[in-house]
Amino acid sequence: MNDETITINGNECRFEKGQTILEVAEENNIYIPTLCYLKGATPTGTCRICVVEIEGYRRLETSCTTPAEAGMVVLTESPKVVASRKETLELMLASGNHNCAIGFNRGEDWTSVQLKTQEADDAGELCPAWGDCRLQELAYHYQVDGSKYAKRDVKYPMETVNPLIVRDFSRCILCGRCVQACNEIQVNRAINFGYRGADTKIVAGADVPLKDSACVFCGECIQACPVGALVEKKARYTWRPWEVNKIRTTCPYCGVGCQLWLHEKNGRIVKVTGVEDGAPNKGRLCVKGRFGYDFIYSEDRLKTPLIKKNGQFQEASWDEALDLVANKFKEIIKQDGPDALAGVSCARSINEDSYQMQKLFRAVFKTNNIDHCART
Amino acid sequence: MFLVIGSNMAEAHPVASTFLKNAVLKGAKLIVIDPRKHRLVDFADVHLQLKVGSDIALLNALMYVLIDENLYDKEFVSSCCVGFEELKEKVLAYPPERVVDICGIDAEKIRDTARFLASVKPLMLCYTLGITEHTCGKNNVMSTANLQMLLGNMGVECGGVNPLRGQNNVQGACDMGALPNVYPGYQAVTNPDACAKFETAWNVEGMSKKVGLMIPQMMDGLVDGSVRGFYIFGENLANTEPDMNKVAHELSSAEFIVCQDIFQTETTRFAHVVLPAAAWSENDGTFTNSERRVSRVRTASTPPGIAKPNWWIFKEIARRFGHDWPSASAQEIWDNEVSVLAPNFAGIKYHRVEKDGLQWPCTDEQHPGTCYLHHGGQFTCGLGQFRPVDWTPPAEVPDEDYPLVLSTGRRLYHYHTRTQTGRCGGLNDLLGEETADISLQDASRLNIENGEIIRLISRRGEVNVRAKVTPEVSEGMVWMAFHFNDANANWLTNAAFDPDTLTAEYKACAVRIEKLSN
Repeated sequence: MNDETITINGNECRFEKGQTILEVAEENNIYIPTLCYLKGATPTGTCRICVVEIEGYRRLETSCTTPAEAGMVVLTESPKVVASRKETLELMLASGNHNCAIGFNRGEDWTSVQLKTQEADDAGELCPAWGDCRLQELAYHYQVDGSKYAKRDVKYPMETVNPLIVRDFSRCILCGRCVQACNEIQVNRAINFGYRGADTKIVAGADVPLKDSACVFCGECIQACPVGALVEKKARYTWRPWEVNKIRTTCPYCGVGCQLWLHEKNGRIVKVTGVEDGAPNKGRLCVKGRFGYDFIYSEDRLKTPLIKKNGQFQEASWDEALDLVANKFKEIIKQDGPDALAGVSCARSINEDSYQMQKLFRAVFKTNNIDHCART
Repeated sequence: MFLVIGSNMAEAHPVASTFLKNAVLKGAKLIVIDPRKHRLVDFADVHLQLKVGSDIALLNALMYVLIDENLYDKEFVSSCCVGFEELKEKVLAYPPERVVDICGIDAEKIRDTARFLASVKPLMLCYTLGITEHTCGKNNVMSTANLQMLLGNMGVECGGVNPLRGQNNVQGACDMGALPNVYPGYQAVTNPDACAKFETAWNVEGMSKKVGLMIPQMMDGLVDGSVRGFYIFGENLANTEPDMNKVAHELSSAEFIVCQDIFQTETTRFAHVVLPAAAWSENDGTFTNSERRVSRVRTASTPPGIAKPNWWIFKEIARRFGHDWPSASAQEIWDNEVSVLAPNFAGIKYHRVEKDGLQWPCTDEQHPGTCYLHHGGQFTCGLGQFRPVDWTPPAEVPDEDYPLVLSTGRRLYHYHTRTQTGRCGGLNDLLGEETADISLQDASRLNIENGEIIRLISRRGEVNVRAKVTPEVSEGMVWMAFHFNDANANWLTNAAFDPDTLTAEYKACAVRIEKLSN
């Protein structure tokens, strides 16, 4: 433990060697806004939202990359800092189709921006990330209305050719969180920064569509995207944050047991995200966990018991079906004993179901002929 | 350091593999032992691309070097283990030079790998079905444990022998006693005290103390008439068991089959009664993952039609036999029955697993759960027992008529027989059909182009399937999954089983390729 301290907004804060100003502030419940900073990845300082004023420093420093040093005096919301953040936000808002009604001057310009954007979106909606956007939040917070600079034209068209992820370059602010999520968190190494300067673009491979790249569609990039540049195709425009309940559950696929948030709207799951900081997956998911939820709504679902008569299944009530099963099993037990019955339980269903099934076989039928695919 | 053997983690357990890759980026070492050059190999320091089914020969040779060069953990072996002399005698019959032809790996590479293994502690060993789905599956597992005990990597965090469980709740189904030999919490049905305890709890008499049948024995029983009533809950046996023609014969021989499922499957075709169940997001309950963590499952939507929770269906059948079970929700079943009857889960109650869950053993309500087993080298049975084993070849090996080895597994974009993932928007677009993955050498020898439809034939069946020519597999090997009905690997696989576990040898059978056109 290192006893040295820094001063943030007049508060003395202890720090350990190697900690950044941002980490020290967070530990002391001092809020510094961030945008490109992705927990668990190397801080890059790309977006410059987290800048702070440090006494004796000529320029503002990004708090996510600057190590705390003994005696530093830091201001996180000084006029200089706020002015810098406002400028940064203005530039970001001018960079693309950020049609989120954050309060442009409501003249013709506003209308034309909306119309142009909706044409590009092929939709009559506001940005699909409306209400779930870090840039929008910060623009409100710092009262930036995006009117300072003229909107720049969008260089790259939207990519919609894969079935799961919409890549909207018009809304990308090049913060790099998706690149870090892909390369440092999931380590799939599918996307990176491409081209240079004003042409900079997040590219997959040699700027090919995701489906032709090394992308494995885990969707970690969507979860990391702070704006509306990366959106689940299945969820796009189907929900807004105030319409959904978040229900925590466990993924139904492999044995890792990832923790999921089910975003539920009117009794229907509209989207799945990972539970950040939750064990065991720390927010990470794979393609099946993130996108493999909608089988439950398939029209093919079994909706009623079925009894086979003359080689054809016919719909039946629960009483008819369960009476038939019970009577047939009773007859078999009476004639050949309980070991003439056997059951296979389900390794996909909940513990309580397997418990009930083995209890049925052991306590009711009186046989231990119960197994499941335990060893495969 | 990690040793990943028989596990295509990046596709079958993708999120687990991300943590491993993170560790590698931070400097951890990774050894992969696998017949395929799968995605994780890109991150490996060493890849031993062994021949299918030669694991024990290789592991014994690694242990030979560890003992021969005095590299093993003598302190751990002498204080925590028994049976070292027997192990030594066995593995000294496996010098690396002897196994070169069996494994297809250079002797010097085996020696270097053994030295590498001994150079870093702890070493975490992860395996999956590449180890268990062999006729020597149990012995394969024993071998991995022998190695980790010899290296002194047991009972420590980031060490141990870690099976990555294939299904979300295969651990839980075992824990709950959906096994022919144990009650919930691994209490033996042959133990009269355990039987009496459960009879009292369930308020019944005359429960069987005889170990029941395992799945392959049940299937045999359908044919010989000794099993007359067969209850299949949420399994698509028709497509997941080896040798699908044989399985179809067995299921069609059955007198009475009940299927309880969420969809019609290839298996429900054989049913006499089909019961519609609530699905994953339509239930409250718990799953138990590979690290023995009991986590909550919660309701987010309602079941279609009159489909019902599975536990309700079992309870209703019991009621028709005159048994009135008191628990009327998953929570009541767990809190009032499971955790009361199984000491290892005694401390796990629903109110304690609202967030991150608990890892068993968790023996009382103050217990924090158990992150890793055998702490300090204290094994469940006292001292760790070395179980030396000999290598045995797969039941069916290539010959003149069937010169290639077929090995099987899962692919990233689908899960098992696609009853679920086949009905999720987008996943079929990412992977719409099966392929037979073959080596560049075999493709060139047989004049097969990437994407060409070929016929794959084993002694049991044949499939027409698109060839995928890939450097992932080595010469002499074909690799397929069992996601699609048409080109399902299980038309070809061999119903040969491990004598103890009755796990089928999905990972090795002999096939030949026929070219369909010029």
